[in-house]
Amino acid sequence: MSGRISVVSTVSMLWRQTRAQNRAFWRVPVGAFFTLGLPMIMLVLFVALFGNDTIDTTYGSVKTAQFYAPGLAVFAAASATYTNIGMNLSMRRDEGILKRVRGTPLPPWMYLAGVVLSGVWIAFVSTVVMVGLGVLAYDVNIEAAKMPAAALAFVVGTICFALLGVALAAVARSAAAAPGIANSTILPLAFVSQVFVSLGESRDVPDWLELLGNVFPLKHFALSFGEAMSPFSEAPAIEWGHLGVMVIWAAIGALVAWRMFGWDPVVGAATRRVRRSSRAAAG
Amino acid sequence: MSAAIEVRDLVKTYGSSRAVDGMSFDIEEGEVFALLGPNGAGKTTTIEILEGHRKRTSGEVSVLGFDPASGGRAMRDRFGIVLQSSGIDRELSVREVLELYRASYTRRRDVDELIELVGLDEKADDRVSTLSGGQQRRVDLALGLVGDPDLIFLDEPTTGFDPGARRRSWELIDNLTSLGRTIVLTTHYLDEAEHLADRVAVLNEGRIVAVGTPDDLRNAASTDTKITFRLPLVDSPAGDLLEPLVGRVVGRSREIEVVTPSPTADLAHLTSWAMARGVELEGLTVSRGGLEDAYLDLLAQDDGEAES
Repeated sequence: MSGRISVVSTVSMLWRQTRAQNRAFWRVPVGAFFTLGLPMIMLVLFVALFGNDTIDTTYGSVKTAQFYAPGLAVFAAASATYTNIGMNLSMRRDEGILKRVRGTPLPPWMYLAGVVLSGVWIAFVSTVVMVGLGVLAYDVNIEAAKMPAAALAFVVGTICFALLGVALAAVARSAAAAPGIANSTILPLAFVSQVFVSLGESRDVPDWLELLGNVFPLKHFALSFGEAMSPFSEAPAIEWGHLGVMVIWAAIGALVAWRMFGWDPVVGAATRRVRRSSRAAAG
Repeated sequence: MSAAIEVRDLVKTYGSSRAVDGMSFDIEEGEVFALLGPNGAGKTTTIEILEGHRKRTSGEVSVLGFDPASGGRAMRDRFGIVLQSSGIDRELSVREVLELYRASYTRRRDVDELIELVGLDEKADDRVSTLSGGQQRRVDLALGLVGDPDLIFLDEPTTGFDPGARRRSWELIDNLTSLGRTIVLTTHYLDEAEHLADRVAVLNEGRIVAVGTPDDLRNAASTDTKITFRLPLVDSPAGDLLEPLVGRVVGRSREIEVVTPSPTADLAHLTSWAMARGVELEGLTVSRGGLEDAYLDLLAQDDGEAES
C-alpha cells in the first residue's frame, strides 16, 4: 500500500470519525447542557424579562422574539463549534489521545475534519432547537424562500467558527487555558455582535464598539443568519459581504491551526522552551 | 534474518543537553529488544524517534525500511504503538474504541478476538471511563495490536502495575513474540527486561553502556561471587577467619558478606576454619551476581568513566 486511499474509504472514514466525535460529545451531559441548554434558557429568560411584545419599526411591526431567537441560535452555533472544539481538542491533547492518533495511519487532517464536522452537526442540532423553540413558543416566523440563505449563512458561519476552534486549541497550550480563552473572547464579543441585543441604527452605539463588532466574525454570522430570519428582508436575502468576512476568518483560523497545532501534550513551560529550541535547531 | 531497525550515531539535543548522545544498534526481525535504563537515560526519547513522534537531531535511522521522520501513513500502518500513559477516548466503550482505531489500518485484527486476548470480555461494552487503571492499560495494548502490526513499540508497558497484572501482561507479550513479531520495549525494571527480551541495551545518560543477551550482560559486568554467612560465636578472634580471605569483606556485626574473584579458595578457607573448630557457618550461601548486580555495576563503571 502506497498511502493512497480511495474516495469511498475516505468518505467512510470521515463518517466514522465524525460519528465517534459526536457520540463522545452527547455522552457528556455537562457539555451538552452548556451547548444546547444554556442558549435555550437564555431565550426563555429574554422573553420573560423583556416580553415578547409587538414592536413597531420603520419597516413594520414584529414580535421581539423574532430577533432574540436567531441571535441566540447563532450564539449556540458558535458555542457548539468554537468553544466546544477548542476545549475538547485541548483536553484530548492533554490526555494524550491526539498523540495516540498521530501514531496511527489515520491522516491527521481526517481526524480534525471529523472534529469540525461533528461540531457543525452539533451546531445544526442546537440551531434547529433554538429556532424551533422560537417558532413553537414565541410566534417566530420562518419563510421558506429565505431558507437557502439561512443554510448558507449557517454552513459558512459554523465552518468558520469550527476552524477558529481548532486555532484556539492550537494557541491554548493546555486544557486549563482553553475555557478561559474561549469565554473571554466569545462572551464580550457576543454583546457587540447583535447576538444578545439588537444594536439598531436608532440607538447610540459608541463607534469603537461598532468597529469591534465589525472586525470579528460573530456579528457577521448573526447578521447574515438574522437577515434570512428577518421579516423585513427580501428573498433570497443572501448577505455576500458578511459571508465574505467569515470566509476570511475561516482562512485565518485554518492558517493558525496549520502553523501552530501541536499533537503532543505540553507538560509545562520547560517543555515549551525545549520545543522551541529544538524547532530552532531543526530549522 | 534481516534488521527490522537500524540505528547509527543517533543524536537528539534539547538546547545544550544531549538526551541521546550517539547511539548505534540493530534490531532483528522477530526479536524482542529492550531499552533498559534509569529515568532520564534517553529510553523514551529514543523509542519516540523510532516511532516518528520526535525528530532526531542527527544520525541514520531505518525502521522497516522507512525513515521514521518521513515514513508517514504507510509506515504507521505496520506499527503498533503502546505509549506511556496516553489517554483513550473515555466516553466510548472498549469495543467502540477498538473499532474506531481499527478502521484506519489496512490489516485488521478481529475485535472480539483482541478483547478476549487482553481479557476484557466482560468489559467489552463498558465505557473506558469506568475501567480501572490496569484495565485501561490492557485496552492500550489491544489498541497497539488492532492493526496486526509487524513491529510493536511498548513504552514502559507495566509501570504502575501490581505484580499480578504485570505477570499477566508478560504472558500477553510472550504470546506476541510467538507470532514472530518484532518488539521494542523500554523499561526500568530489570526483571522485565530479563523475562521478556532476547537482547537488552543498557542506557545511561543518552548512551548505550552495553548491548547483549541478559547472560552476556552478566558476563560483561563484574563476575565476582558473593559468599554470605553468619559469624559463629567462638572465643577466638574473627581475624583468623576473615584476614586470609582473597575477597573483599563487607560485614555488619555478625552478618558477613564476601565479594570474591576466587570463590573456591575463599570457600575452602572458611569451611576448613569452621571444621577445625567444630562450628557451623550458619546461613552459608554462595551466589553469582544477578542481572541487577550486573546492571548496577555497568552503570557504576559508566559513571566512573564519565567522571574521570
